[in-house]
Amino acid sequence: MAVTKTKQKNKELASLLTAASCALIGGLATNANAGNNSWDVDAAFLLYSETDSRVSAAEPVISATKNYDEETKLNIKIAADTLTGASPNGATPSDQIQTFTSPSGNGTYTAEANQQPLDDTFKDTRLALSANWSAPLSRDWAYGVGGYFSKEYDYQSLGVNGSLSRYFNQKNTTLTMGLNLSNDTLNPVGGVPTTLFQVPENTNNNEFSQRQDSDSKSLVDTVFGITQVINRKTIMQFNYGLSTSSGYLTDPYKIVSVIDDTAGANYGGNFQSNGRNLYLYENRPDSRLKQSLYWQTKYQLDNNDILDLSYRYMFDDWGINSHTIDAKYRFRFDKQYLEPQLRWYTQSKADFYHRYLNASGYTNNEFASADYRLGDLDTYTIGLKYGYQFADDTEFYTRVSLYHQESSGDQGYGKLTKQDLYPSLDAVILMIGYKF
Amino acid sequence: MQKIVSLFSLIALSMAIVGCSNTGVKPWERDILAQQEMNLISDPIESSLNDHIYFSKEASSGGQGFGGGGCGCN
Repeated sequence: MAVTKTKQKNKELASLLTAASCALIGGLATNANAGNNSWDVDAAFLLYSETDSRVSAAEPVISATKNYDEETKLNIKIAADTLTGASPNGATPSDQIQTFTSPSGNGTYTAEANQQPLDDTFKDTRLALSANWSAPLSRDWAYGVGGYFSKEYDYQSLGVNGSLSRYFNQKNTTLTMGLNLSNDTLNPVGGVPTTLFQVPENTNNNEFSQRQDSDSKSLVDTVFGITQVINRKTIMQFNYGLSTSSGYLTDPYKIVSVIDDTAGANYGGNFQSNGRNLYLYENRPDSRLKQSLYWQTKYQLDNNDILDLSYRYMFDDWGINSHTIDAKYRFRFDKQYLEPQLRWYTQSKADFYHRYLNASGYTNNEFASADYRLGDLDTYTIGLKYGYQFADDTEFYTRVSLYHQESSGDQGYGKLTKQDLYPSLDAVILMIGYKF
Repeated sequence: MQKIVSLFSLIALSMAIVGCSNTGVKPWERDILAQQEMNLISDPIESSLNDHIYFSKEASSGGQGFGGGGCGCN
């Protein structure tokens, strides 16, 4: 019996590996019946590319789901991504060439006059694994458990999650509660920098020798949701999410410029300290409490097209609040579909976000970050997805999206007003996938 | 903000109340909702790739599911 079970497991593993390797070489596997005891595999590839030679990312993902019956499933997902390019370091542009110490302290990089300072030492590879199991507990209850692990050369994350659902009203109403716990460790290149301290010139500086190698943060996410079948063609969901993170929440690679606010020739220019421009390592609070409200509705029209509409409101104790609207409309043809997608996102800045600090008062700040992702920000995504469903239930899909970011805020004074402190960002997102 | 919270509470409450009365379908009327495309998350891989991008470029995350972590990109 045990031998049979082991053999069965080996067979399943072999089938999973075959499926995964088929996806890797782009083969056209045809074992696509979504019936019982089958593996459903979804293999996709994402390319993300920002203009102006900023970040580009490539991410292959394979997800395999074993369906034991309609409600009992095991999902395993493997994702890898590689990032290259340059990322804004937080400093303001200047009418002078600026030289920055690289995160390791072993080199420098420069920003030309009137150019946004970008850290081009940015490079990363990430591998993520996750597994999830979901099954019914009884006629009215279901549960799910899962875990994940991800590793980058300067970051590791380990998490577990669980959820419990209760069905009511002939399964027309579902209440769900989910909990996710995660522990992340950072090992920044060059160590953990001293917050709000002048970026040293190189590793000979004492600041480097005093650094810790690593730090950590923990996250607790809870989600309470209600899903309601409205009628034969409409389903609606409403979620409340509460997320707390604590520990090291600062970005070790981001810095803040200190600007000279003394009247004179350098008014609005970089403030000098120790004979160099003064840049400080940023500092964020060591805890964050986020709350979100989420609503989604899916509606199938009489012509079988599907409208998918969602809205999210998020607010946190850093002073950020955001609105997100996401709309998708799927035109369904016989075996094909075409899906235009639109997303709009807007956020208000964190209380401690400062595009720059003033020389006269920079020592008074307990927290400061010039990371534009914590500033006033609007983003827009417009996309088009196309899918072809083969007769054997396999599906090929591809999507092209354009992503645009618009930042805004304090325009500075003196020389600084001539600089573009809030450059916009454009990115192209390409996705190709195959389900079998 | 309080207005939005109240509005959402109202929607949730009305959904819960309505959910107990006439809303919903009989088991044999689930043909359309049973279509894979009618799942609230019908393309989980696409959703997770999107979440990964937005998590690394914006200050918000989660809502539909967990807020995430597992990435040093933010």
